[in-house]
Amino acid sequence: MKVTALVQGGRQARSPAADMEEPWQQERRARGAWAAGVAALLAIAIAFPWVFTNPTTTSIGVFTLIYMAAATAWNSFAGYSGYIPLGHAVFFGSGAYTLVIAAQDLHIRGGYTVFALVPLAGAVAVAVAVPFGLVALRTRRHTFVVITIAIFFIFQLMAFNLGITQGSSGIPAPTPTWPAATFNDRFYYVALAILVVAAAFSWGIRRSRFGLQLLAIRDDEDRALSLGVRVSRVKLTAFALSALPVGMVGAVWAYFIGQVYPQFAFDPLFDISVALMAFLGGLGTVSGPLLGALILEPLQQYFTLQFSSNALYLVVYGALFLVVILLLPRGIIPTVRDRVASWRERRSGSTALASGPDAAGGVLSSEMAGGGVAGAAGGGAVSPPGPSGPAVRRG
Amino acid sequence: MGGAVAKAVVDGVLTGGVYALMAAGLTLIFGVMDIINIAQGILVVLGAYLSYVLSQDLGIGLFLGLLITIPSLFVIGVAVEWAFMRRLQERERTALSILVTYGVAIVIEGILELIFGPNYVQLRAWYVNQSFHVLGFYLPYIYVFGFALAVFLLGVLYLILYRSRFGRSVRASLQDRAAARLVGVNVERVSTITFGIGIAVTAAGGMVFGATNAFNANSGYDLISRLLTIVILGGLGSIGGALGAAVFMTVIEGLVAVLWSPVWATLVFYAALVLVLVIKPVGIFGQRAARAQ
Amino acid sequence: MSSAPLLLVDSACKAFGGVQALSECSVGVEEGTIAGLIGPNGSGKTTLFNVATGYERVDRGEIYFSGRRITRASPDRVFALGLGRTFQLTRIFSRLSVMENMLVASQAGRRGLRSLCTRAGSPGERRRALELLEFVGIARLASKPAGSLSYGQRKLLELAYVLVADPAVILLDEPAGGVNPSLINHIADRIRELNRQGKTFFVVEHNMEFVMSLCHQVTVMHQGTAILTGPPSTVRSDPRVLDAYLGGALEEDPGDGPEGQDGAGSL
Repeated sequence: MKVTALVQGGRQARSPAADMEEPWQQERRARGAWAAGVAALLAIAIAFPWVFTNPTTTSIGVFTLIYMAAATAWNSFAGYSGYIPLGHAVFFGSGAYTLVIAAQDLHIRGGYTVFALVPLAGAVAVAVAVPFGLVALRTRRHTFVVITIAIFFIFQLMAFNLGITQGSSGIPAPTPTWPAATFNDRFYYVALAILVVAAAFSWGIRRSRFGLQLLAIRDDEDRALSLGVRVSRVKLTAFALSALPVGMVGAVWAYFIGQVYPQFAFDPLFDISVALMAFLGGLGTVSGPLLGALILEPLQQYFTLQFSSNALYLVVYGALFLVVILLLPRGIIPTVRDRVASWRERRSGSTALASGPDAAGGVLSSEMAGGGVAGAAGGGAVSPPGPSGPAVRRG
Repeated sequence: MGGAVAKAVVDGVLTGGVYALMAAGLTLIFGVMDIINIAQGILVVLGAYLSYVLSQDLGIGLFLGLLITIPSLFVIGVAVEWAFMRRLQERERTALSILVTYGVAIVIEGILELIFGPNYVQLRAWYVNQSFHVLGFYLPYIYVFGFALAVFLLGVLYLILYRSRFGRSVRASLQDRAAARLVGVNVERVSTITFGIGIAVTAAGGMVFGATNAFNANSGYDLISRLLTIVILGGLGSIGGALGAAVFMTVIEGLVAVLWSPVWATLVFYAALVLVLVIKPVGIFGQRAARAQ
Repeated sequence: MSSAPLLLVDSACKAFGGVQALSECSVGVEEGTIAGLIGPNGSGKTTLFNVATGYERVDRGEIYFSGRRITRASPDRVFALGLGRTFQLTRIFSRLSVMENMLVASQAGRRGLRSLCTRAGSPGERRRALELLEFVGIARLASKPAGSLSYGQRKLLELAYVLVADPAVILLDEPAGGVNPSLINHIADRIRELNRQGKTFFVVEHNMEFVMSLCHQVTVMHQGTAILTGPPSTVRSDPRVLDAYLGGALEEDPGDGPEGQDGAGSL
């Protein structure tokens, strides 16, 4: 049966498409502004090491870019699907070890050739993610969280005990050959390139059919299944894709710090940090994890430098962490976006009312009047609408 | 060899009881509040340090000291629940609970390290140092005492849950928070008290843990990952399941350590969880857990 | 009635623990009809829907859809074959907009990696989704988050997004449950209209007036078995129906478990 027949059979023929055209045009105009904004930010990021040449600053810059990429990649699975994995350190560590082991086996002493191994590290991370995901994604919610932690510990223990990783003595990375004065810059730009890839992935997924399927899984996985979404495949693909940038930055990190130890390559704090960054900025938004990492990672680095005692660092960081989550449970980007939306709504409140009901409006407005009763009859089972309107929009 | 295997099994069962006690709190908190308490591990360490201070500085015996440490941790639990947990929103509750309790954990870890420094300590008492001879091997008294304590407290927990009015409210909240609220259960108060009880049992668990292991402020990570594994394997929200899973895991770990290598024993611990979940996603002892999935 | 039914459940059996939710249950739905399914609470209606759409596996028995055996097919496969359904407690994607809800359904059959490179919702799909929303009467809510809809509007949205993939048969689980009378008429009207255009319906409903005025055939279930099938007039006057309802209402019905589970799953 064709749609046209359906609509002609329907009670009315007037299409409201005209009303809908408007926001799309607005979107097109907004897209231009976005592109300009992204280009400006990118220019700032590229210029950064030229302006701030202090090695301490550029080193913080490298770590920040690494975490921005990792948080973005993590979010492109976790934020969209609603699954919270705490095992992405496995991909980070796999990437790190891939680089140092491959460099050793291929007798690459140093220099730019080492960076050629970064894509390989990403590929290894994906190869690890597939069986990992096949096992973990059979479970949901809390069980999923815990099984990712368990798999993480399995990898950490293997790194400590397998011959290939040389145990707790670690493996040295190749030595970079460029001058000390601009030592950090090369790492900075490679990390930036990976970040751009990760952000493009995240943005692309958010807009794609695939992303919509993930978001549907987040809201009601079983319902998505009944609408023909192949949930297992979609989840696994997203999971494996999110491992790619993480493995790549893991490799850059390994080359940057010069020696890979099991407890730092497979670090449980990595996952918590990445999750916190995504949460702070706004889970499930494209820009949120970028912003979250941009705020938290320099702060973390600064605290590490500032407090000689690890214990004091923990107390301050932990307290800050709690304050942030309690004050901004939904993250910066969604909170700001809601504020702006409600401000706009208040400003244009009268015009919205004037647009009036459409053909079927009669039935529905009466239905809405009875909505309270109907809702009550439905029982507590119907999830109430969110307290503050739309949680996630196109971001 | 036979003696070593027997020792591994006996050790496994006895330490399993203690792990079950620590995990019981975690699984109870999960069941009633639908949250994962990452701070459970560091709170066990806190319990151990409290016992350490009482016995070392004030000369109060480890078991007698529990009369102080258990109520203290109950109060801390209630305070944490009041300050943080009840502020969690329904949306993203799982993830937020992990982050918030993790934040609590690192604050506590930092404070403990500030006070006690990074050195490992262990609790001392005659029953920690002395052993008796059984089945051809020596067993420190603390293992038996600790197991007895765990069984006793699990029994108390069971009585509270299944024989008291409060327990009925807890179980109602375990089943369905909304329904429990409808029949007049004050779910918020039940949650607060449950969280307190769930934390209070870590005082006892921490005392036995601190007597059988050297620990420092960092020991919480290893503990929490083990406890989570046990709780998932036992089926979230099931105390009996936690007991079964804890004994199962510690016995397997002990056997692998003896028969193969201690290096791989811990790995087998986690691999067992992965393997079980591949075969049966709700855990071996879990049925009720299906509700939460 | 010479041809085989479009949807046929043949001697299905399904037990949950010790409770027999379906026992030797056989029901057929003829192409182009609106078939009704009634029965007391816990008689196995929702379980029947669940086994027909792949959410549960039958212990014994077979399920056929347009001559093809779908007994062991997964829910996404069943949907792709042309068998759509709604749920007793409406299940929508509450954090997506109404339009995005519609687009989720139009993803059916799209392969994994290709879907990564395509934008969600081509202009054609959006137009079509809007037309369907218009058809059920909630087009003006297209950009609203689905979580902000009223219960009745959710029912309409659920009906609309099942229509997106153009299924041959639509299973409706209590379409009139918990909605007000004027909306019930609106829903019945939409179902009739779709039926006129060739859609086959299979409707579970407690509202007798709704069922009797809408359906061509009504099947009565009792304790996991279809005890009677016939036109509304016959069913209405059959004494067994009254027995089933009175019996079902008085005893604590064991079949309640599975239906309750279905509800819990949607939370």
